[in-house]
Amino acid sequence: MVGIGQFDIDLFIRILPDLAYGALITLKFTTFSILFGLILGTITGIFRIVRNPILNAFSTAYVEFIRGTPLLVQIMIVYYGLPEAGIRLPPELAGILALSINSGAYIAEIIRAGIQSVPKGQMEAARSLGMTYVQAMRYVVLPQAFRNILPALGNEFIALLKDSSLLSVIAIAELTRMGMQIYAVTFNAWTPLLGVALFYLMMTLPLSRLVDYAQRRIGGHESA
Amino acid sequence: MSLLEIIDLHKKFGKLHVLKGINMNVEKGEVVVIIGPSGSGKSTLLRCINRLEEPTQGKIILDGIDITDPKININKIRQRIGIVFQQFNLFSHLTALENITLPLRVVKKIPKDEAEKIALKFLRKVGLEDKADHYPHQLSGGQQQRVAIARALAMNPEVMLFDEVTSALDPELVKEVLDVMKQLARDGMTMIVVTHEMGFAREVGDRVIFMDNGKIVEEGTPEEIFTNPKHERTRKFLSMIL
Ligand SMILES: Nc1ncnc2c1ncn2[C@@H]1O[C@H](COP(=O)(O)OP(=O)(O)OP(=O)(O)O)[C@@H](O)[C@H]1O
Ligand SMILES: [Mg+2]
Repeated sequence: MVGIGQFDIDLFIRILPDLAYGALITLKFTTFSILFGLILGTITGIFRIVRNPILNAFSTAYVEFIRGTPLLVQIMIVYYGLPEAGIRLPPELAGILALSINSGAYIAEIIRAGIQSVPKGQMEAARSLGMTYVQAMRYVVLPQAFRNILPALGNEFIALLKDSSLLSVIAIAELTRMGMQIYAVTFNAWTPLLGVALFYLMMTLPLSRLVDYAQRRIGGHESA
Repeated sequence: MSLLEIIDLHKKFGKLHVLKGINMNVEKGEVVVIIGPSGSGKSTLLRCINRLEEPTQGKIILDGIDITDPKININKIRQRIGIVFQQFNLFSHLTALENITLPLRVVKKIPKDEAEKIALKFLRKVGLEDKADHYPHQLSGGQQQRVAIARALAMNPEVMLFDEVTSALDPELVKEVLDVMKQLARDGMTMIVVTHEMGFAREVGDRVIFMDNGKIVEEGTPEEIFTNPKHERTRKFLSMIL
């Protein structure tokens, strides 16, 4: 048979529904995690820049710890470590928790850069009109910061989507694990793994295009 | 009693002593023009008046209330003191109309449609009613600055501060902004204007203050300051810019 290795087209067609289901799970985990990560990251990002040494220290420690350790280790700490501390989570919850904590740290840095990209005069103008710091942040600075960081957030989503394959080690039936399970019963590696790669690409490629598009739009807006 | 009273105001940035004991009164309806060389502390003075900078020492009394009192609600005070900046500082993600309605809704809790009516009224006042739906980047510098003035006015302040509001504008756009300010003065607004526009100072100013090196060197009517300055430093400064 012509093709790569043991690629089996019949098998490929048969496993498509399973892979699609796995991709859906991957998308679900990534979306939940990025949403919680966004909340966590926005708070942490603000804590990084407010003039309060305690908040600065906590947020910096969190960001440094997450960025300086492998995601795989973080996932295992949440899944195997927490139960020893008396906190037993189902794998799905542990997975989302680990991914959220992880993306929260990266998003915090994106948010911090985004806030700092908004000219100081915007905050001053808002305050001079009688807005409180919180109102000025909420209605003036953050909307502009989010507009500026949309591409960076998109890239973070893509990165997280790929990294979520590590959840396979804690038995979550996401795309990568689906592929591995098919391999385990068929003893054919090429077919399911190429399928897995293909599904990842089908998710990441349109997203990258979207990010490029957003980047161009914002670029045009800024220069005007 | 003066509307605004500044008593022995000092401001230090670390070791840098920028304001060294400013005393001045502004009466209701008065237009006070502040001139002086770069770095003399003019912007710092205006920024202290609405507490964008924290004064190091001294009192600022607005209509009988000491606004340097740490217990005061500064957000309430700032509603009574409008400021317009050299760099416009319009909110870039909002239209001209939204720039004006946002503080009305958020700070004054005015409902949307009423806020829009007020915003349109002030856009009309600065001649930009037809630009209500434009974003800042779709407006010229002069138009942006007029929206910024309308935004400050819509809060219904008792005093307006202007910090070199025409300095960032192309020469042909200066007049439209000055015209708005002249009309405002004629309407009786109390104004403190930092500017290099001596024509404006002469025509509209009730009083001119010359600042140098963190101090008020000399003050008087435009006539007195421009034609017969008493101090050597004032004379030198004027000869440089006139
Ligand atoms: N936030 C700050 N931190 C440190 N120094 C400052 C700060 N703001 C102003 N200064 C300094 O204070 C001095 C007075 O500045 P200010 O902006 O008030 O002068 P100005 O009279 O408005 O000058 P210009 O005509 O150039 O606008 C300058 O030496 C300036 O460098
Ligand atoms: Mg200045």
